[in-house]
Amino acid sequence: MSSSQDDIKSNILTTTIESAVNWGRKNSLWPMPFGTACCGIEFMAVLAARTDIARFGAEAIRFSPRQSDLLIVAGRISLKMMPVLIRIYEQMPEPKWVVSMGACASTGGVFDTYSVIQGVDQFIPVDVYVPGCPPRPEGVVESLLKIQELVDTDKLSDYELSNSK
Amino acid sequence: MSLKETIASVKESFSEAVLDVTECSGEQIVHVKGDGVFSILQLFKDEGFDFLADLTAVDNMNLGGFERFAVVYHLLSHKFLMRVTVKAYINEKNPILPSVESLWKTADWQEREVYDLFGISFENHPDLTRIMNPEAFDGHPLRKDYPRKGRTERIDFPQVMRGIKKENKTE
Amino acid sequence: MNRVTIETPETDRMVLNFGPHHPATHGTLRIILELEGETITKATPEIGYLHSGFEKLGEDLDYNQYITITDRMNYLSPLCNNVAFSLVAEKLIGLEVSKRTEYIRVLMCELSRIADHLLNVGMLAVDLGAMTAFLYGFRVREDIYDLFEAATGTRLTTSYTLVGGLIRDIPDGYDKAVLQVLKEVDEVTNDIETLLNKNKIWLDRTKGIGIISKDDAYSYGISGPLARAAGIDWDLREKEPYSSYEDFDFDVVIALNGDVFDRYLVRMEEIRQSVKICREVLEKMPPGEVNVDPDLGFSLPPKDEVYNSIEGLIYHFEVTMPNRGMTPPVGEAYVPTESPNGELGFYIVSDGTRTPYRVRTRPPSFINYSIFSKLAEGHMLSDVPAILGSFNIIAGELDR
Repeated sequence: MSSSQDDIKSNILTTTIESAVNWGRKNSLWPMPFGTACCGIEFMAVLAARTDIARFGAEAIRFSPRQSDLLIVAGRISLKMMPVLIRIYEQMPEPKWVVSMGACASTGGVFDTYSVIQGVDQFIPVDVYVPGCPPRPEGVVESLLKIQELVDTDKLSDYELSNSK
Repeated sequence: MSLKETIASVKESFSEAVLDVTECSGEQIVHVKGDGVFSILQLFKDEGFDFLADLTAVDNMNLGGFERFAVVYHLLSHKFLMRVTVKAYINEKNPILPSVESLWKTADWQEREVYDLFGISFENHPDLTRIMNPEAFDGHPLRKDYPRKGRTERIDFPQVMRGIKKENKTE
Repeated sequence: MNRVTIETPETDRMVLNFGPHHPATHGTLRIILELEGETITKATPEIGYLHSGFEKLGEDLDYNQYITITDRMNYLSPLCNNVAFSLVAEKLIGLEVSKRTEYIRVLMCELSRIADHLLNVGMLAVDLGAMTAFLYGFRVREDIYDLFEAATGTRLTTSYTLVGGLIRDIPDGYDKAVLQVLKEVDEVTNDIETLLNKNKIWLDRTKGIGIISKDDAYSYGISGPLARAAGIDWDLREKEPYSSYEDFDFDVVIALNGDVFDRYLVRMEEIRQSVKICREVLEKMPPGEVNVDPDLGFSLPPKDEVYNSIEGLIYHFEVTMPNRGMTPPVGEAYVPTESPNGELGFYIVSDGTRTPYRVRTRPPSFINYSIFSKLAEGHMLSDVPAILGSFNIIAGELDR
């Protein structure tokens, strides 16, 4: 009798579905890098040996928006690219998060010209901004941790209505 | 043949089309009329300038010059290790130049770029369409009368909202 | 797309949209491919997805400000861009920089070339399914980035040069750090070659693919490693030496076949030549100032003077304020340099004010890329990443 109770204690863990789901989501983010310019090169450095983002469970880079839940906009977005970005964002399944990496994606950066979008947050919702031109790899890791915090606060009840439209 | 001699022979053969020959920062610049540029460049090519290093344009609106636009050809001779600049001038009412795509294939994209950014057309070009800007783009951004920050093109996109879940959150 | 010529696709003919966001395009290239089975019948590159108006921006920034913009043009080798722009501005003004400055610039350019070629070979390998070469290359790249960071303060957007000099001298003990990294570069180059040179898959996928003929290279304006792989003995560092390249002993690397494999070989050998140049620069590095005489009114005063003395601060403002600052003479200049991708030239027209009237970049990526459609035709679909990878197209430079 007592031995089976011990088994229950050591093998069963009670939690809510919400925190279990969030725990799973936040530790296996699948990023989709939308790298266009210099920040894309720094994003490669984030993936490579020194700043290995596999440590945070986010190394499964997917170039298909349908398989990913974190969009990393890295680099300046031009007039011709913006419709592509919008389309990619729309193709990502919910729930999804967006990181705007670097000055150009967040504000246009030094490129205050006719063809550069002055911040992608005018057109798509952005959750975390990473400053820097380009940001250091450590900055990108920090943004990933911030996204994990956001994922952790997600409420499952928010999704109930999502099929009603 | 030295560069000076080549330029002298060009000047002699096309005395009508050559407007001036100047030197700036050690570079020889041959200023020519727009409609004569093809045969002049062909002569340069026959004289050993086998490489069109760069093709671009300058809008002379505030600078002054023979005409509003100058299309600039930087030629290079691999054999003689020489470079020469040819500037072809055209006015803004009828900005059409002969295409040099038949002399150098590299002119194909570069002329498209000049067409896109300056609005200068090239006769006999195989596919003269915009290359940098979207095809629906209005105007030619590198002209001096085009504002740097553009008109309204960079804010002219639909706004995508968050999914239902996040909207609920803000309410 | 209005350039697609197939009206009604038959059973084995199709139109494939490659990009603009495809992992093998490393950025923002788009190619519209028409296929017959798996064979490409027509390839139409569509560019402009990163057009950022560099040249328009240059008309509103002064010469030193524009150097920061050139970093973002070719972000694999920003120092080469910095140096190229400084050279053209100096030519326009008629400034002569010190030997030490020129040597440091050469050192930085060659380190950039090593970093660029390592990344290029690594990415080409990744696209063809060989991950290890990328990881090896990136490890040394990080070390080279550390060198850049020690000298310039940042990893990627360096803005190291000024018109008439450098923002600062290289730090003490830099030569030892560089030599250490160069040793690693040597090892990694050998490692990568051991992995790839006799690898059957690698050879099958690169040999005889995307051959550029000599005549085409001239006609399409191809320069850099692509031209040298096609057998053209042309290296601006040797033929039109700038920044004291004539002081150093190195070989121009050429290959004969002009295919993807030869481009890879040329790049690997160029890494070795660059290592050799770097060692020679460090050996011969002369002492002296890195900036031209401040009395000429072009160079900024040293930062300690700016922060610690009122004269230095006033002088700093004299150079940088909008209505003051340097005013180059009216005129124009074009300077070609040998960037890792080929002939990188800047063409400036000055109207005598503090901002250039027109800044044009002769972008090697853009001009090299125009031959792509010709090369791709007749090849298989899976050869597209190989050809693209061997071109080393940098979207920032391609579209500007």
